[in-house]
Amino acid sequence: MSVAEPTAPVSRRVHHITPTPSQREFVADLWQARDLIQVLSLRDIKIRYTQTALGAGWAIIQPLLFMGVFAAVVSRVASVETAGIAYPLFALSGLVPWVFLSNAVPRAADSVVSSSNMVGKVWFPRLALPLAAVLAWLPDMVVATVLLGCGMAIGTTAPSPAIVLLPLVAAWAVLVALGLGSWLSALNVRFRDIRNVVPFLVQVWLFATPVAYPSSVATGWPRMLFGLNPASGVVESFRWCVFGGAGPSALLLLPSVASTLVILAGGIRFFTAVEHKFADVI
Amino acid sequence: MHGGSRPAVRVDDLGKRYDVGTGVGAGLGPSLGEDLRLAARRLLPSQRAASTRSFWAVRHVGFDIAEGERVGIIGRNGAGKSTLLKLLTRVTTPTEGVGDIWGRVGSLLEVGTGFHLDLTGRDNIFLSGSILGMRRKEIERKVDEIVEFSGVGPFLHTPVKRYSSGMYLRLAFAVAAHLEPDVLVVDEVLAVGDADFQRKCLGRMDELGQSGRTVLFVSHSMDAISRLCDRVLLLDRGGLVADGAPGEVIRAYRDAGLGDAPERVWDGCGPSDDLAQLRRIAIRSCGEVREAVDIRSELEVEVVYELGPHARTRPSVELWALDDDGILLFRSSDHGARAGVDRPGLFRSTCTIPGNLLAEGGFHLDVHLTGYDPKVVHAIEQRAASVQVIDRSEGDGVRGEVAERWPGALRPALAWSRHEVGNEIVGG
Repeated sequence: MSVAEPTAPVSRRVHHITPTPSQREFVADLWQARDLIQVLSLRDIKIRYTQTALGAGWAIIQPLLFMGVFAAVVSRVASVETAGIAYPLFALSGLVPWVFLSNAVPRAADSVVSSSNMVGKVWFPRLALPLAAVLAWLPDMVVATVLLGCGMAIGTTAPSPAIVLLPLVAAWAVLVALGLGSWLSALNVRFRDIRNVVPFLVQVWLFATPVAYPSSVATGWPRMLFGLNPASGVVESFRWCVFGGAGPSALLLLPSVASTLVILAGGIRFFTAVEHKFADVI
Repeated sequence: MHGGSRPAVRVDDLGKRYDVGTGVGAGLGPSLGEDLRLAARRLLPSQRAASTRSFWAVRHVGFDIAEGERVGIIGRNGAGKSTLLKLLTRVTTPTEGVGDIWGRVGSLLEVGTGFHLDLTGRDNIFLSGSILGMRRKEIERKVDEIVEFSGVGPFLHTPVKRYSSGMYLRLAFAVAAHLEPDVLVVDEVLAVGDADFQRKCLGRMDELGQSGRTVLFVSHSMDAISRLCDRVLLLDRGGLVADGAPGEVIRAYRDAGLGDAPERVWDGCGPSDDLAQLRRIAIRSCGEVREAVDIRSELEVEVVYELGPHARTRPSVELWALDDDGILLFRSSDHGARAGVDRPGLFRSTCTIPGNLLAEGGFHLDVHLTGYDPKVVHAIEQRAASVQVIDRSEGDGVRGEVAERWPGALRPALAWSRHEVGNEIVGG
C-alpha cells in the first residue's frame, strides 16, 4: 500500500478555534461540503427505498392516495372553482409540491438530531444536514411530476408553455423547506418538543395551503394573509406553470416570496449562530 | 520541536466549561417547559447560584506543534483528552482561549463514523469518507486500495449489517486510514479489534507519521504512544501538566500514579488509618497481571492489607466495580468482619470474577477497607486497579458475529436454550 508523498499543502487554510466562530463563511463551507451533501442525500434516498416492496413506487402512491381522497371528499362537499381543470388533476397539481414540502420539512427538522453520532464526532458544516435531507426528496417530486404529466395526457389537458419555469418553482420549494428545516432542526437539538410538534403543524399547514382548493376562495386582504404562508405561493405557482391561465395574483405571490426570504435568512442565521453548540447539547 | 518548520497547531489558554445538571446557560434543558421554568427561576437572585453547576473539562491549555510532529496525549479518564481533541477538530468550541490549525484536519475520533447498517460496504466507503472530509474524486481514486486494505472485497455489495464485527471494523478503519489530511487527530480507536487489526492500525499511523504529517494521538496504551510519538502531552484534571519526550512524560505519568494500572503496590505508604493499611491490589488473568484481558477469561483479584498492633477486628475488603462511565457494576465484600478478633500482620483476600460477565471497555476497581463493630472506614482507594476488557469478536463470545454496537454495562454469557413448541403453550 502506498502512502502519499509528503506534499506541502497547496493552500494552508487556517482554521480558527475560537469561542465565537464566524457565521459568514457558511456559503464557502457548504460549497466545500458539496460532495458530502450529495452523498448524504443519496444515503437518504437509498435508505428510504431499500427493503421496501414497492421501492420508488412510493413516490407516486402518496400523491395518488391524497388525490383520491380529495376527489372523493372535498369535491363533493364543496364546489371548487378550478378554472375548467378536472378536479383530480387540479388536486394532483397542488399535491406534487405539497407532498415534497410535507416530507422534506419534517425530515430536515429531524436531520441534525438523527445524525447526533456524526455531529458529536466530526466537524462539517452542519447546514449540510437539513439541506441534504431536503434535496433527498427532489427525485420524488420529479417522479410525481411525471405522474401528473401522465394524468394530463389521459385527460387530454395541454400543458402551458410556462411549464419550462417548473425548475424555478422547485427551487423555491427547496428554499422554503430549507428555511423551515434550518429553524426546526436547530431548535430540535435543544427542544425535542419539536419532534412532536412538527407532524401536527404539517397537518394544519395542509389546510392553510391551497392544495385541495384554489387560493381564489379568498380575495383582497385575506388573500395576502394566505400568501404569508410560503407554501401558498409555491403551490399556486406550480399549478400556474402546469396549466397556465391567469396566474397567481401578486397579492398572493409577493407576500409568499417575502415570507420565504424572511424564513430562509432568519433560519440560516439562527442555525449558524447556534451550530457550534450542537455537539455539547445534542 | 522540529527546528525551523512551520507551525501546524497552536493553541493558547484553551478552556472548555460544561454545565451539568440544570444547565440553562448551556441549553441542556431537556424540554421547553423545563427551560422556561428554570429561566423564570433564574430571575430570582436567590436561586441563581443553585441553578447551574459547571466544571472545566479543559482549562489553561496552551501548546505549539510544528508540522510533522507526532504528539501523543495521555492522562487518566476524565483528564480532558477527548475534550481537547474535540476542540482541536472543531466539533465543539472553547469557552475561552483561541487556537489556529493550519491545513486540512482529519479527525478519527471513532471507527465507523457515519456508517449506515442498511447500506452496502461500497456505499459506506463513500459515506464515511465524505463525512471524514474526503472529496468524492479522492474516494473514487482510493476505493480499490481501501477495499484491499480492509479485505472485505467479496462482500463489497452486501449491506454492512450482515458483516461480522471484525469485517465492519476493518472496513471502517480502512476508510479512515486513507484520509490524507495535514493534521491527523486520532482518539483511542485502537482499543477495538483483534491483535492483528491493532497492529495494522498502528502500522498505518506510523506510515502517515513518517510521511511528514502532523499526528495527534490519544491513547491509554503507553506502548503505542512510545512507539508512535516523538512528543507527549500529559493532561490531568483538564490542565497540561507535562510536555516533553515520551520516556520522560510517561515516567512522570506512572510516578504520579495517574495511570490506570492492573496492579498497585504500596510500600508502607498505602491508603490507611492507624489500624489498617492497603499494601497491594492486583487483577490477574490466567495467572498474569496484564492491562488488557480477554472478555472470556476469569479475573482473579488479590488485595493485600496490613493490620496494625491496635486492630481488634479483621476489616472487610470491599470492591466496587465500575466501568468507564463510572457506572457501579457491582459491589462485593469478603465480609471479613465475621472472622472476629484478629492479630496484627499481613492478610490477603482474593476473589474470582467469572469470564463472560463484564462488558468490553475499561473495568475499574475501587477498594474499601472497612471495619465493622463499630463501623470504621480504614482506607478507600478509588480506581485502585483497572484493566481493559477486550472482546475479540471471534464468534464464541457473547456478541457472536454481530457487528453493531453491543451496549450494556455487563455482557454475561447466559445459558440459552431453544426448541420448537406446539400450539398448546401459546396462550395457555
